[in-house]
Amino acid sequence: MSALLSVDDLSVTFGHGADAVQAVRGIAFAVAEGESFGIVGESGSGKSTVLRAICGLAPVSGGRIALDGAAIPAPRRADFYRRVQMVFQDPYASLHPRHTIDRVLSEPLAIHGFGARGARVEAALEDVGLGHGFRFRYPHQLSGGQRQRVAIARALILEPKILLLDEPTSALDASIQAEVLNLLDRLRAERGLTYVLVSHDLAVVAHMCERLAVMQNGRVVEELTRDALRGHAAEQDYTRTLLRASEGFRKDGAT
Amino acid sequence: MSAILEVENLRVAYPSRQGPVEVVRGVSFALGRERLGIVGESGSGKSQTGRAILGLTAAGGRVTADRLHFDGIDLRGASPRIWRQLRGRRMSMVMQDPKFSLNPVMTIGRQIVEAGRRGGVSRRDAKARALEMLEAVQIRDPGRVFDAYPHELSGGMGQRAMIAMMLVGRPDLLIADEPTSALDVTVQLEVLGILDDLVRDRGMGLVFISHDLRLVSTFCDRVLVMYAGRVVEEIAAADLDRATHPYTRGLLNCLPRIDAEARPLPTLERDADWAR
Repeated sequence: MSALLSVDDLSVTFGHGADAVQAVRGIAFAVAEGESFGIVGESGSGKSTVLRAICGLAPVSGGRIALDGAAIPAPRRADFYRRVQMVFQDPYASLHPRHTIDRVLSEPLAIHGFGARGARVEAALEDVGLGHGFRFRYPHQLSGGQRQRVAIARALILEPKILLLDEPTSALDASIQAEVLNLLDRLRAERGLTYVLVSHDLAVVAHMCERLAVMQNGRVVEELTRDALRGHAAEQDYTRTLLRASEGFRKDGAT
Repeated sequence: MSAILEVENLRVAYPSRQGPVEVVRGVSFALGRERLGIVGESGSGKSQTGRAILGLTAAGGRVTADRLHFDGIDLRGASPRIWRQLRGRRMSMVMQDPKFSLNPVMTIGRQIVEAGRRGGVSRRDAKARALEMLEAVQIRDPGRVFDAYPHELSGGMGQRAMIAMMLVGRPDLLIADEPTSALDVTVQLEVLGILDDLVRDRGMGLVFISHDLRLVSTFCDRVLVMYAGRVVEEIAAADLDRATHPYTRGLLNCLPRIDAEARPLPTLERDADWAR
């Protein structure tokens, strides 16, 4: 398997000296083209930091991140963002409140020198199931699900190969979550995209990803396939705990 | 079973430029010493229902009901004095996020003592009670947490501290508004375990408000499903699989499952009739 994106012995440290916090402690994984890879873990496990490190938004203190076998230069160059884009968790925080949707979607096009911007913006809105009626609205005029669609449109408008998804549905209601997950599924099938999806929700990751890594305290404790997860073939206690917890509360008090 | 809370035709309305908007439209239920779940999506009026029961509707909001009785006391138009006697002592509310609901410049201990002190309780007794409550919510080192400020605690610890604070007055009714939504799954279950023990051991009535239908169904005895300010279905939690209302079924089906493949996920087709 030739990996499209590979992470090797990656460490991320925030702060210096005595205050240093090692958020990610030497993790490794590889994602093939067209694959969807999931990272699950609880808050503070470092799962979002991994995505941010790939994007150049977190201070990498060691290890290697490679795209198509070539190490990614730091700081990231513009062409990196043509190939890798990120969708953030909170659609209420990740869209500029005083920019129209049109401006939000046009900005990456302008930065990367794309032509025919108007047509691309219209097409991008169409792709995520929003009509052109949304083009000149402001984020506050949109619901949470619609905003997340805009955030996905913004990531896809540069036609990247890889989408980094940081808890893309955890701020949304269950019914809206289903719509957004279906949208992501369809876009991946249509465009042959590669996903790295981070979530605290094991069920979401199991639905979206063929393979997943379980993180705890900045380390990958287990990497397994969706089928292994479904077959309850997890080997680590922590993974089993997460599996049990995702089934809901039990009266016998077993947690 | 004697009901400690009776609600009949509860309505909450807020003024707007287009006239009053009803966010709760005729909710009725009776609560005994049991766990009742209220489930719905954002904007369904579930939190507004909980707040109205405690008289915490935001300024401007208008609450009406044919009957709103707590243990025989009529809460409609209750005086501030009656509310002071009830809130924190006989009925309390646990809020969603400890980060925003605890006082950031007071230690946890002082906040619990403040909640638990009433006439005649000495400072020393109140402190002992507070430490006891912290232990009851399974905080391992109550002494340290007692002297800690909210920012020094993790989310799970903060939520436990808030539950301790709400329970120190030994209420008969606890309204928990998304008490575990901000917590990790494993911590979530521990907090639910604590609430479960309290309902069983003390015979407390619990209203558990949540958006998570599956979680509620494993935890509560009975579930009210709300849509657009109305209760569309009331069902015993054990019978949830046999829910008849399309909204309840839709909510259940649209969740991804670990052990089953559904692609694409069924989405909710909303029917204008549900809101009628």
